[in-house]
Amino acid sequence: MRGHHDMGGLPAGAIERSEHDYAHWEKRVDALMVLLSAPERRLLRVDELRRQIEGLGPGAYDAMSYYERWIAAITRVLLERGVITADELGRKMEAVKAREARS
Amino acid sequence: MTAAETAARFRPGDAVRVRFADPPGHIRTPWYIRGRAGVVERLCGAFGNPEELAYNRPGTPRQPLYRVRFRQNEIWPDYRGPAADTVDIEIYQHWLEPRDAR
Amino acid sequence: MTAPDEPHAHDHPHEQAHAHPPPRPDTDDTLTYYKAMEVAVRELLIEKGVINADDVRRAMEAMDARSPAQGASIVARAWTDPAYKTRLLADPSAAIKELGIEPGVYKLVVLENTPSVHNLVVCTLCSCYPRGVLGLPPDWYKSRAYRSRAVREPRAVLREFGTEIPDQVEVRVHDSTADMRYLVLPERPAGSENLSESELAELVTRDSMIGVARARVPS
Repeated sequence: MRGHHDMGGLPAGAIERSEHDYAHWEKRVDALMVLLSAPERRLLRVDELRRQIEGLGPGAYDAMSYYERWIAAITRVLLERGVITADELGRKMEAVKAREARS
Repeated sequence: MTAAETAARFRPGDAVRVRFADPPGHIRTPWYIRGRAGVVERLCGAFGNPEELAYNRPGTPRQPLYRVRFRQNEIWPDYRGPAADTVDIEIYQHWLEPRDAR
Repeated sequence: MTAPDEPHAHDHPHEQAHAHPPPRPDTDDTLTYYKAMEVAVRELLIEKGVINADDVRRAMEAMDARSPAQGASIVARAWTDPAYKTRLLADPSAAIKELGIEPGVYKLVVLENTPSVHNLVVCTLCSCYPRGVLGLPPDWYKSRAYRSRAVREPRAVLREFGTEIPDQVEVRVHDSTADMRYLVLPERPAGSENLSESELAELVTRDSMIGVARARVPS
């Protein structure tokens, strides 16, 4: 079965040409990807990230923005590899949200 | 060639066919080219198999990677451009067989 | 080098044609689930000593330093120096190092447009792009519409970008599925014979190095 990401040759509409400025958080995601895949760390491979993105499922793939898919993939690889745990990630995300709510 | 690298089977100019197969996992052979015939344009070198690297496995032995050229009017039944139009795709050796293998 | 939160200062006129818009400050944005995830993951990794804040800042600066200006300088040199062009086509990584551009981990391939072949680059499976010489890709390059259609109806896609390729010129699409990254070397436009190398670089747009457009014609 054709993967949802494997779209070469499928019918599609006009190409939307407007471009968005990359937000800081998006550049930080990109930086994380570069840093974690660098030879001196090798904490993830681009191939693993791609597999994760391909596995997000069609709904998520289409609904998420490009860098949302990347951070979701990075996180999944780090969880699989045991670099971070779900528990500490969950607690940290709640802490980040609480900080934002206070500011 | 070392034990960590598979020997190259094909040379530029060879007529090849992309195997049809449909496994799950991380596959870098696009759906639209599976089963299609083309000509080897060049050997790009040998690289770790991305299907294995995707699971953080070493991906060895490294697989020869070829740039294969296809005629657009042989891929798409409704292609309306000139007959000379082509598409070049990098394909790993284990997805290729000689065109007239059967 | 500007700090990540400051707008870029582009005082070199050559770079005006390729200046990227300054990033939106994060303080304007609401904290979505995935933005919270990014902050959390980064902070965790810093706490664990896997990376530090300086690493992140430097990686962002390195990314910001990449723009189509690098690619344009390569093309302009190739147009003016036939021996360089020969070296560039034979071994792109070595040739771009001559211009002080670091090749990066992927293997760069340069595709020369000629009177008989027009090259177009796409990554149908994801968004592979020669970031080392062009910076970050435009949204449309990563879009469903481009990734689906470029390989199947390249001439219609080119037309949408305002580029008409005559029938006697072969359109060759490159689907970047593996470790190669492709840079199109557009044809040098007519009427550019007396321009300096930096003036020539001004004619080389990012879109011409992806292959959806030709280089600009001198005014």
